[in-house]
Amino acid sequence: MGNAARNFGITEPKQYQAEKSSWDEIAASRQFQDLMATKKTFIVPAFIFFVVYYFALLLLVGYAPELMSTKVLDVNLAYLFALSQFFVAWIIAGLYVKAANGFDRLSKDILEKAENAKGGK
Amino acid sequence: MNISLVMFLVFIAITLGVTYWASRRSAGASAYFAASQIKGWQNGIAVAGDYMSAASFLGIAGIIAFQGYDGFIFSVGWLVAYLTVLLVIAEPLRNAGKYTMADVLAYRLKPRPVRAMASLSTLTVSTFYMIAQMVGAGALVKLLLGNMVTYNQVVAGVGILMIVYVVFGGMLATTSVPIVKAVLLMAGTVLLSILVMAHFHFSFGQFFGAIGQVTYHDAKGAVVVKDFLTPGLRYKPPYGPLDLISLGLALIFGTAGLPHILVRFYTVPDAKTARNSVVWAMVLIGSFYIMTTFLGFGAATIVGPDFIKGHGGTNMSAPLLAQALAGNIFFAFISSIAFATILAVVAGLTISATTSFSHDFWTNVIHNGVERRPGEEVLVARISAFVVGAVAIGIAIMLGPTANVAFLVALAFAVAASANLPVIVLSIFWKRFNTVGAVTGLAVGLLASIGLILVSPSLMAVDPPTVTGTARHLIQAKAWFPLENPGILSIPLGFVGAIIGTLISSEPTAEEKFNELLVRSNTGLGAEKAVAH
Repeated sequence: MGNAARNFGITEPKQYQAEKSSWDEIAASRQFQDLMATKKTFIVPAFIFFVVYYFALLLLVGYAPELMSTKVLDVNLAYLFALSQFFVAWIIAGLYVKAANGFDRLSKDILEKAENAKGGK
Repeated sequence: MNISLVMFLVFIAITLGVTYWASRRSAGASAYFAASQIKGWQNGIAVAGDYMSAASFLGIAGIIAFQGYDGFIFSVGWLVAYLTVLLVIAEPLRNAGKYTMADVLAYRLKPRPVRAMASLSTLTVSTFYMIAQMVGAGALVKLLLGNMVTYNQVVAGVGILMIVYVVFGGMLATTSVPIVKAVLLMAGTVLLSILVMAHFHFSFGQFFGAIGQVTYHDAKGAVVVKDFLTPGLRYKPPYGPLDLISLGLALIFGTAGLPHILVRFYTVPDAKTARNSVVWAMVLIGSFYIMTTFLGFGAATIVGPDFIKGHGGTNMSAPLLAQALAGNIFFAFISSIAFATILAVVAGLTISATTSFSHDFWTNVIHNGVERRPGEEVLVARISAFVVGAVAIGIAIMLGPTANVAFLVALAFAVAASANLPVIVLSIFWKRFNTVGAVTGLAVGLLASIGLILVSPSLMAVDPPTVTGTARHLIQAKAWFPLENPGILSIPLGFVGAIIGTLISSEPTAEEKFNELLVRSNTGLGAEKAVAH
């Protein structure tokens, strides 16, 4: 039971090491800046949207229970809104996976460049 | 011995047998479950298995059965929480090659102080989580044994057995254990849901019609008929709506700070697999929580709150529903699934809490990273497992069988969201963040969340003299903090603590390593080599 990793059946990998200067270089590179910008344009709005959508449910249920008790079909607004949260969460997750494939392409270039620089030394 | 008890023991034996077989198989045939080859869907099922604890199955069904729609809010929050994990936490952690909170923090901060605080916080969150599991297990076994024993004896007995089993029996937290558990739990839930709908002749109109007029006796003994789909049965004014927001914050930001969930993202080969496994987990967890509609409202309409109250309390709603729908054998089957679930969660929690303590605190902090004798860490981990277990058992007895386990787990989430989440997020995203900030953030988050729980209406209230035993509140005075869940105040306090601690100190080395962590966590550079034994 030496450490958590052993209990979960894994070993800590030897990490890729590099000088501080090369980390700074990558961080300052155009490609890395592009990657960060691309990530932000998806993640920030997606995060804000799901937080707002979720707390909209809590606020409406908490402060306007009469409105939310309005009957719709066999159920009411409150239940439908709650149920919609599941589907919205699944849709955001799906969209994120799609967007993240784009992030992977951008970071692949950075990885290749870093590996080449290392090989050249 | 009654038939249910015999069947229960048989099912438990089978479940443990399958689990044991699966974990042996995965240990032997490492090629199949090797960390580097584990598939996203496999890890996703494992994440779901770790997540769907006694709280989900027993607790939510119970809250819905007694307080209707408001209980369903727990279900929503527990799924939506995974978006925080997916968008913010899973990939950076996997990319950085770190699998415990202490490791993430120690990356660019001073290891000794942050490991000490992180292991303390891990231990606290795990203990809270474990209390809920103990209450659930106790109530379950008490229900099966009937009046032969008291609840206190059951909790003590079952709790000690579980800890002994986890410590000496070697139920490892390998990926196969939660997978087996998740499959069983889903199967049981689908079966129950189908039976509930069959009871209403597969008509949603009839089902929701019955939910519209649940009949029971209130505290004063008067007969009431309520529409259980109406919000506000649990979260009533004046503080209810605010408490709901507080609960929501704890749920959606707590998951990303749970130690036994975080470690799962390390067992996959790369960030892409980590991402896919979160999506798989979300599909399973979401389907499960949608089905709590049938479990909870089914128990409210078919069994009724009055009957449940007299037979083990809120936490027994799902097993009693199984009994009402399909008799004692199905009841024993559902109970054994719930029990196996509790056992697996206790195992995962015990392991993550005690290894963090023995490795991070005992060896790295007290003894400068040197294990003085071979096997010392194992011994310390075992001893701390018993201490954590004893504390959880003691508090579970103090709370009594009526405490709802979903509510108790929500408190564990509040502690995780207040102490762990701020420092994890800040260490990944804030260059200026440093050791003092991490220590103050963890300390403030921990103290604020626990302190506010102690002075909340759950523990502080003035009971009339007719209320006796464990039903009486611990502190007989008006609660100082009006909300049951501390999240709305303690999460911001955790962030403020971390930010102020950072600003009053300076640590150039922590800032220097920021770019390295930034590049690693965003590209996965150099983190692709997770290997299994």
